[in-house]
Formats: sequence, structure tokens, C-alpha cells
Amino acid sequence: MNKRGLSFYLLAIFFTAFVAFLYGPTLTIAILSFQGPQGGLTFPMNGTSVHWFHNLFEQQAVGDIWGSFRRSMSLGLIVMVVTVVVSVMGGLAFRHRFKGSSVVFYIVITSLIIPSILISLGVGILFNLLDWDVHWSTSGLGSQLTWTLPFGLLIMFAVFNRFDAAYEEAARDLGATNWQTLRHVVLPIIAPSLIGVALFGFTLSYDEFARTLLTAGSYNTLPLEIYGMTTSVTTPVLYALGTLTTCFSFVMIALFLLLAKLSQRKVSKSTQ
Amino acid sequence: MNAMRHIKGWLLVSPLLSVLSFFLLIPVGVIVMVSFWGSSEYSYYPAFQFENYQYLFTSKVTVSVYLKTLMFTAITWFFCLTIGFTVAYFLAFHVKSLTMQITLFLLCTIPFWTSNIIRMISWIPFLGRNGIANNTLQNWGWIDEPLEWLLFSEFAVILAFVHLFCLFMIVPIFNTMMRIDRSLVEAARDAGASGYQVLRHVIIPLSKPGIMIGSIFVVTLVMGDFITVRFMSGGQSASVGRMISNEIGLLQYPAASASAVVLLLTVLLMVGAMLRMVDIRREL
Repeated sequence: MNKRGLSFYLLAIFFTAFVAFLYGPTLTIAILSFQGPQGGLTFPMNGTSVHWFHNLFEQQAVGDIWGSFRRSMSLGLIVMVVTVVVSVMGGLAFRHRFKGSSVVFYIVITSLIIPSILISLGVGILFNLLDWDVHWSTSGLGSQLTWTLPFGLLIMFAVFNRFDAAYEEAARDLGATNWQTLRHVVLPIIAPSLIGVALFGFTLSYDEFARTLLTAGSYNTLPLEIYGMTTSVTTPVLYALGTLTTCFSFVMIALFLLLAKLSQRKVSKSTQ
Repeated sequence: MNAMRHIKGWLLVSPLLSVLSFFLLIPVGVIVMVSFWGSSEYSYYPAFQFENYQYLFTSKVTVSVYLKTLMFTAITWFFCLTIGFTVAYFLAFHVKSLTMQITLFLLCTIPFWTSNIIRMISWIPFLGRNGIANNTLQNWGWIDEPLEWLLFSEFAVILAFVHLFCLFMIVPIFNTMMRIDRSLVEAARDAGASGYQVLRHVIIPLSKPGIMIGSIFVVTLVMGDFITVRFMSGGQSASVGRMISNEIGLLQYPAASASAVVLLLTVLLMVGAMLRMVDIRREL
């Protein structure tokens, strides 16, 4: 079994091809975003320059990119915090079966699998009927939560299913109250997973599109702004923007993963 | 004490339930209600009529749009399953060190956390008329003229779907495979099973829950999509989601609502059928 057979190498080639398929297009536009000022949307490169990145920082060049970036950033952070808090509470609730818990569970699953356009349409009409204005921080926030909360909750289910209740019992035997047990035992142990939930909350919101389309109102989030640009902008400035925001996502992911790793180490040290 | 437990459960779950009530349950209720309303050119008004549904079910367009959407779904599902299963199988059973497994798994999941729109745009330099694919094929002398069906076509739609949604298949299958007891595989080998037989009679049956969960994701995502189809087909191809988004664009909310109700029922039926084959609560 230790000897690697032919199947290993075939599968390894398949896997490599898959990774190339996954990342190839993104790398291509990263290269093309350095097109010269006269360059087009495809190869060949017409010189190299940072012209298109420079273009992004000129106010009049293309829509309100930086405004939409700020909005996406704030919305992402709000969604992240709400997702973590609500998912942890939900996860704690589901540790013990309560009357109606399976109904709540199926509502959560519905939220995950419902076609996004129904959320967009339904929230849009609801706000319209109530005579409320749709805004990214109200209807947009709520619509995004219907997408991030199920993910957060599913992660919490997985976490609590693997949680060793002996730690809690030990804390209680030592006289800790319920709150103290939660605060000083349960939360520190699940902290690394909470960073995972936060990562999902932030990135899924930052890139969310389908559920925010009709619910963001007149101030666009970044993905909506980019989508709007696809129909009007035909220069590599689109690639420059794409490359920049993808890099931003990568930095955030790296940050979250690093944090998770650090807190993991802390937990395993303190529980040994 | 017992009543306490139920109350505590409800209190803890109440923020979750409030958000989902207001942004999921009530909006769906509103859609169902408005699907019976009437509409004039610029507005819609309360009524109780079946006109929207009648129009939907008697229109020839509906049938062809549904067939096209189902075709997209079936083809995407097939490729996602094949690729997803192979990748997950490689990671779970052929990569030996846990660190390597986690690293490669992360490599597969990172794109999931980046923008779908950008990932769609990224195909332009690849598939365009003067794109990499056409140039390469011409250089190799396989084709004389650039292929026109690479970008802004149904081919491009399916390619983008597979590119975007494959991860939804890999993650649950990998998750299930990692929990397969390795001694079962060894027992099968000791009993003289070939590699293929182990795969066919041990690993595939035990991976079924992951396959089902991944399939539910892929099927629901493709069935409800309206952006990928629009962008990657250059506006030339139809899907149920696009039909609804067009009606929304024309402010025909009652008609859009009726279409949305039918789409939701279709998706729920498909998911219901798939859920019969697996208990998701046990799989978490």
C-alpha cells in the first residue's frame, strides 16, 4: 500500500489540471491588468504598465468604485458580526432538542437552498408594500444574512457535534455557573471555529450579488458596481479592479486563516 | 426543568428566527400573495385571480425555458459530480499526510471566498475571439478560423457553472470520505478486492451522503441562477431565473411572483426527492 501506483499519478495529474482550471482564468486577468495604455481585453500584451490601476484611482474614470468598496466593507463587517453572534446562539440552542427545533432546522435549510432571486424579489416587494426604501444597510443586510446564517449555523453544528462535554461538566463540578462555563470554557474552546464562521460571514457578504441585486437600493455594493461595469466598460480597467478586489479577498482569507491557526494553538496549549 | 429547556432553546434561536422570518418567510409569503394580484403597465394591485399562472402555464416559452434550465442543471451536475468526486477521492485516499490534505483542500476552497462576478469576467481573455483558447488551437493548426461558440454561448454558461459550483460538490464529498473508517478499506483489500472494487463497493456507497448534499447545492444553485446565464451567454440564452429577473426589470411583479412560486416548488420537489436518500442532520 505504501508504494504509489499508477492511479496515484493519474489522479495527481487530474488534480493539478483542476487547480489550473480553478486559478488559471484569475491569473490571466491578473497578468492582463498590467496591459499598456493601448492594450485590449485579450492577449497579446501591448506593453506593460500600471495605467489601468492608476485609472481606478481617478475619480471620473469609472463609477463610484471607492464609495461602493466602503459600503461593501462596512456591510461585510456588520454581516460578519451578526453571523457570528446569531450562529453561536443558534448552535447552542440546537445542542439540545427543543419543541419545534426540527421546524427551525428546515427553515434554515430552506434559506440555504432557496433560489436567490426569490429573496431579492420577495424583500423588494415587501419593502415596496410597506413603503420603506430599500437600502444596503437594511434590506441588503437582511437579504445577505439569509445566505450567511445557514453557513454559520452548519459550521456550529459540526463544531458542537465534536465538542467534548467533559470540559463543561468539569467546570460545573468546580462550581461554575452556566454563564461562567460558557464564557470561560465553551467559547475559548470553540474560538478557532468562530473565526471560520467570521470568514464565511465576511467573504460571502463582500462578494454577494444575487440576493442584494434588488435590495441594495440606489447605493451599490462593490459586486453590483462591477456587474454594472461589465456592460459599459470595455477596457482592462475592469481586470485591474478584479485583480485588486481578488487580492483583497486573498489578504482577508490569509488573515482569518492565520488568526484561526494562532487561536487553535492557544486552545490546544490551554486544554493540555 | 423540561419546560425550561424548551424555553431556553427558543430564546437562543430567536435572533436567528427573527431574521429568517422577516427576510425569508414573510417575503416568500408576499411573493405567493402577489402572484395572485393583477397588474397594469406600471403598477400592480390587490386581486385574487389566476391570470398570472394561466399565462405561465399556457405559454410555450415556459416549457422551453424550463427544459433549457433542466438541461443546464443536468450537464453541470454531471461534470461537478465527476470532477468533485475525483478530486475529493484523491485528497481523501491518495494524499497521505494530514497537513498536505488540509493544504490542498484549502487550495480548492479559497476561490469560493472570492467574487463570482470576477471569476466569470476572467473567462473573457480565455474564450474570446482572439482569446488564448482560439490562438492556441490555431497555432497548433487544429482549426483555421476562431471558434465563435467559446464565449457568449451555452458552452460558456456550463463552463462557468462548473467552474463556480464544483467546490460545492468537493467539500461535502471530501467531508464524508474523511469519516469513512479506513479499516473497512483495508478489510476489503485483505479480502482480495482490487482498487476498483474497493472504490465501487466500499467508497462510493459510503460517500453517498456527501454526494447527495453536493448535488442539492449544485442543482439549486443552477436552477435559480440568473446572472451566470445572462453574462456568459451574452444575453442570448434563457433560464427560469433570467425569465423572472426580466419580469422584475419590467416591473411586472405579479407575473414575476407567479414564475418564482413555480420555480420554488420545482426546486423543493427536486430537493425533497434527493433528501429522501440521505438524513442531513446525521451528516453534520
